[in-house]
Amino acid sequence: MTIHTLLPILTALIPLPPFFSFLLIVLFFNRWKRVSHSIAIGAMFISFLMAQVVFWSVIGMGGHALAEHPIHVEIPWLPAGATALTMGVLVDPLGAFTLFFVSITCLCIFLYSVGYMSEGGRHYDPRYSRFFAYISLFATGMLGLTVADNMLMLFIFWEIMGLCSYLLIGFWWEKNYPDPRQITPRQAGLKAFMTTRVGDVIMLLGIAYLYTATGTLSFRQVLNESTLHHLASMASVIPGLSAAALIGLLLFGGTVGKSAQFPLHVWLPDAMEGPTPVSAMIHAATMVSAGVYMAVRMFPLLQVGFDAHHGQLSAPMVAMAVIGTFSAFMAATIAVAQNDIKKVLAYSTISQLAYMVAALGIGAYVAAAFHLVTHAFFKALLFLGSGSVIVGSHHEQDMMKMGGLLKRMPITAITFIIGGLALSGFPILTAGFWSKDEILAAAWSSNQVVFWVLAIGALLTAFYTSRQICLTFLGEPRSDHAAHAHEVSWTVYVPLIVLAVFAAGFGFIGVPEHFPVIGPLINNNLFHHFVGATIGELLPHGEEGFNAVPLLISVLFALTGLVGGWLVYGRRPLAAGQPDPMVRALGPLYPVLKNKYYVDEFYNAVLIQPTIRLARAVYQWVDRGLIDGILHGVAKGSFQAARGNRWFDKTVINGGVDAFVAFFQRLAREARLVLQTGQVQHYLLQVLFFVCAFAALYVILWLRQLGG
Amino acid sequence: MMGVPLAWYLILAAALFCVGLYGVLSRRNAIATVMGVELMLNAVNVNLLAFWRYTEPGGMTGQAFATFVYAVAAAEVAVGLALIVAIYRNRDTVDLDQINLLKW
Repeated sequence: MTIHTLLPILTALIPLPPFFSFLLIVLFFNRWKRVSHSIAIGAMFISFLMAQVVFWSVIGMGGHALAEHPIHVEIPWLPAGATALTMGVLVDPLGAFTLFFVSITCLCIFLYSVGYMSEGGRHYDPRYSRFFAYISLFATGMLGLTVADNMLMLFIFWEIMGLCSYLLIGFWWEKNYPDPRQITPRQAGLKAFMTTRVGDVIMLLGIAYLYTATGTLSFRQVLNESTLHHLASMASVIPGLSAAALIGLLLFGGTVGKSAQFPLHVWLPDAMEGPTPVSAMIHAATMVSAGVYMAVRMFPLLQVGFDAHHGQLSAPMVAMAVIGTFSAFMAATIAVAQNDIKKVLAYSTISQLAYMVAALGIGAYVAAAFHLVTHAFFKALLFLGSGSVIVGSHHEQDMMKMGGLLKRMPITAITFIIGGLALSGFPILTAGFWSKDEILAAAWSSNQVVFWVLAIGALLTAFYTSRQICLTFLGEPRSDHAAHAHEVSWTVYVPLIVLAVFAAGFGFIGVPEHFPVIGPLINNNLFHHFVGATIGELLPHGEEGFNAVPLLISVLFALTGLVGGWLVYGRRPLAAGQPDPMVRALGPLYPVLKNKYYVDEFYNAVLIQPTIRLARAVYQWVDRGLIDGILHGVAKGSFQAARGNRWFDKTVINGGVDAFVAFFQRLAREARLVLQTGQVQHYLLQVLFFVCAFAALYVILWLRQLGG
Repeated sequence: MMGVPLAWYLILAAALFCVGLYGVLSRRNAIATVMGVELMLNAVNVNLLAFWRYTEPGGMTGQAFATFVYAVAAAEVAVGLALIVAIYRNRDTVDLDQINLLKW
């Protein structure tokens, strides 16, 4: 057996260790905290090794070879009519890279959680073991989703992550805040679960439609030319949309929910109520990436009808371009006005995911996948960094009360700044630059509106990142907590360093060949060729040119944002209690941004309150009036019927039986007086009478027999 | 002897049985009743022997049954007379009209 025949088995085994770790911790080791985290990390490490073996084995094959002969194995699972739903694993170039970053970030976050959830070993969380059980299950979901070879399995793992997300956001469910308007972890968990559920239901409709239309959910069978052509020519229930377009739109609904795009983005910022490793892992690096991953995976279907040369977009692509661009801009503006260190990152996550969605919308799916990977690294880094800050400064999350942490937490500060620069797209040195630049370059050549909105979004991104870094790490501490901040423990900062290396260096595998100086030097746009091969032949090829204009604009905007942030917040650091200069500068706009465009209030007024009122009305009228009324009526009716029955029972049946008995009693009494005299001779007379009667009977029968 | 047909024996037996039965049913004296019972048993014996002689003279079934009936009759007379003596000692009478104990 060679390694290549073993690879499918190895791939299928990748999601299993964390799952067993989940079971072991939940069932047996719940009470031993250190044992629990050892099991979880050990299991994750096994998965990590297997994922790396798979990745490095396939990377040598080259993109085209792997795309044509991916690691693929499937077995029939549920017989459904003529076909059977299958289970299987698939690793193509896209899956290989996803496996790569998911396994690394998950492992880093597992390790980090040890330090975070025990505050560096000083104070273990009461539900420490449970936390590791949940994130193990979560890792199962993400790894399983990555290697799934069909839509149904993908959806199953997708929902496992949804469940874990709910459990982990509400991990500190007993927490309450004095301000009733501030969302509690319990509410945040529910909100996340229900908001993403909206997207998931839409996506499930898409999956059902896809299955109805094609009879299969396997990626390999759906995403080939004949099936796509079939879907494109098939009319859907909505006039003017092909089945492909409608399925694409429905599936994109899942992405909108999972990847927190407008209008279903509201859950992600509130998901920051969960422990920080959860925010890092679920709500930045992996789970929200799953939405974009699915969209990239299904891109050949989403782009049916796309013609790059005539600038003609398919309906799902238009939706993605509009929603992505709008979400990117909106979230970036909101992030500017947030003071909670995690909320800023949450909005930046929405914004960065929106870049990927927008990139898909204009056909740049490789750029989207590239940004997916780099973003996972630097966003995980930023979140873990912010978590380190939060624990180090005694659970202070308000950036207005931080400051001066560069001296007190140097490793965290430096790695955070690297992550921040990557997020802003600091030229050349950071991964974020290469991926974001690729998206902007693609936007420049396809749609100017998208380009300018995304570019302004990039400017804002650089600005709020710079603001965050300045407020947190520069200047003097603005509270006692910040003044006594310190590094937490090695388990916390080692993952930061690992992720910082990736956040800075990973971009070099995706440098465009025509990029001045560096391009020829590396001369191998590895990522582009490798991942691009996944669905390469299904896509119309655009020209592969290099354009300096969008590059310069994006560099200029990034630097402007960074410098602007430094000018406002870094040059003259804020003193304690001093208001944010943005309040004055933005004027009436500031409260709007601070309150997230009042989207939550809008939903509350338009959706939640009417729903509650409807529920109350339904409760009052339908439940209490109609259903309870029917029940009470039935109960009363039964009671009356039972009383009637009782009367019948007593008078008719019992009375009847009693009368019957009394009759025979009287009869017997009479008979006794006549028949039972007590004299032997009378009895003998009776005997004689019956003997004679029987004799007569025999004689009669005998005579009849003779006569007959 | 074979000149006498079977039916005559049967008629004799039936007549004897009826006489016995009449005695049992009509006599007031308990001892007379027991005598009636004896007559009925002997009527049965006549029947048994007549059937044996006329239908199956080679076997012994009729004779054997008749012997049983003698034995039972003897025992019955012994018990019956003992009962009558016992009743007489209790109630100073053997008049069956006055002995109406066989009821509930």
